[in-house]
Amino acid sequence: MQYVVDARGRSCPEPVVLTRQALEDKSIKSLTVIVDAAVARENVARFLQNATGKQPEIKETSNGEWELKIKL
Amino acid sequence: MDRKKMLGAGLLVGVLGVLLVLGGNPKNMGVCVVCFLRDIAGALGFHRAAIVQNIRLEIPGFILGSFIASLMFKEFRPRGGSSTILRFFMGALVSISALVFLGCPLRMILRLAGGDLNAFVGLLGFTSGIAIGIFFLKRGFTLGRSYPQPQVPGYTGPAFAVFLIILAVLAPAFIFHSESGPGSLAAPLVYSLGAGLLIGFIAQRTRLCMVGGIRDMIMFKDSHLLLGFVAIFVAALVGNLVTGNFKLGFVEQPIAHSNHFYNYLGMLATGLGAALLGGCPLRQLILAGEGDSDAMVTVMGLIVGAAVAHNFGLAASGAGVPINGQIANWIVLALLVTIGFSARATMRATRTKTINAGKEVKA
Repeated sequence: MQYVVDARGRSCPEPVVLTRQALEDKSIKSLTVIVDAAVARENVARFLQNATGKQPEIKETSNGEWELKIKL
Repeated sequence: MDRKKMLGAGLLVGVLGVLLVLGGNPKNMGVCVVCFLRDIAGALGFHRAAIVQNIRLEIPGFILGSFIASLMFKEFRPRGGSSTILRFFMGALVSISALVFLGCPLRMILRLAGGDLNAFVGLLGFTSGIAIGIFFLKRGFTLGRSYPQPQVPGYTGPAFAVFLIILAVLAPAFIFHSESGPGSLAAPLVYSLGAGLLIGFIAQRTRLCMVGGIRDMIMFKDSHLLLGFVAIFVAALVGNLVTGNFKLGFVEQPIAHSNHFYNYLGMLATGLGAALLGGCPLRQLILAGEGDSDAMVTVMGLIVGAAVAHNFGLAASGAGVPINGQIANWIVLALLVTIGFSARATMRATRTKTINAGKEVKA
C-alpha cells in the first residue's frame, strides 16, 4: 500500500513522529512524506535513513515544499 | 559533514559564551536567552527590578543572524497560525519556570561548564521535563499546523530586533539601565551584537536546540542535536578552566541558588514547556528570524512572563526561591500538563483528516 503523510506546517518533532507512526504499519510498502520546511526535510530524511537504512528520494514539488519518497 | 558543522557550531557557541563573560557579561551568563529577555523587559519598564534592566544586544543579534542566514540560504519563510495565542502564554510559563531555576537551557549548560553543580540538578529536571513532553508527543500532542503567510508579518521579528538596537544605541531617557547587579554587567554593545549575530547565523544553519538534543536522543536515538549541546559544554568548560572562571560546587555560584528541589522542578517545567513548543527559547528566536510569527509571539510571551515573574515576586535570586515562585512553579507545571493532555484531542481530529487526505493507493 502507498501512504502519504502530510507534515506541512508541523513543529518539531511532529513530522518525524508522524513518519515513525507510518513506518510502524507494516502493510505500507511505499511512503511519501510532504514537508514545507527545510528543517523538517532534513529531520525526516535523517530519520528514514536511520530507521530503514535507505536514502529517501527527495523532490521539491513547489517553492519550499518537498516530497520524500521511500520504498519499504 | 553535518556532524562536523554541528560540532563546530556548539564549540563556537561555548567559546563565545566564555568570551562574553570576559567582555563584561555576568559570570556563567555569557549567553542566557531568558535572562536577557528579562533584562530587556526591565529596560523597557515592563518590570521595575532595578538590578535586571538592560537592552542586551545578543537577543536582536540572534534574530538578525538567523534572518540573514535564512535570506542567504532561501529559508526565510513567513508562516504562522499554529495555536498562536496559546504559544504566547506557554512562552510566559516557560519564562516563569526558567527564572525559578535562574536561566534558560543554554545558560544551564554554561553554568554547568562553570562548575555550578546546581545546574546539574537543573539538567536532571530538564531531562525529566522533556521526557514528560515526549510522553505527550507520543500520544499525539500537537499545537496544530502553521500556514504560509504574506511577507510582511514575517519581518516582525527582524524589525523588533532593529528597534531594540536603535533603543540601545540612542539610550533615550525612558529606557531603564541597571546601575548595579547583573543588569549592569554587560559586554560592550558591539561585542554583544556581534556574538549574537554569529550565534544566530550558525544556530539557524545547524538548527541548534537545547531541547531538541535531549528529545531526539530519547525519542529517536538520534544524537545529531545532542552533539551541539555537548560541544557547547566542552568548549565552555575548557574556556572557563583557562580563564579561571571555573569553580566546582553548589554554594556561592554566580547568580544561582541551591534549592535543589526547585532547581529541579523549575527546569522540569521549562523542559516540558519547551518540548511542547517544539524548541528551546534560543530556537524560538532563531525561528522568529526565519519569519515564523508563532515563534515571535512565543518570544513576546517569554518577555511578558519574565516581567510578570519580577512584578509578582516569582523570580528566584541568589537568596533562593521566594514562596510565590514556588507556588507559581506548580501552577506552571499544572497548566503545561493540562495543555499536554488536552491539545491531543484536537490533534486526533487533525491527524485523521490529514491521513485521510493523503492518497491511499493500492500498490
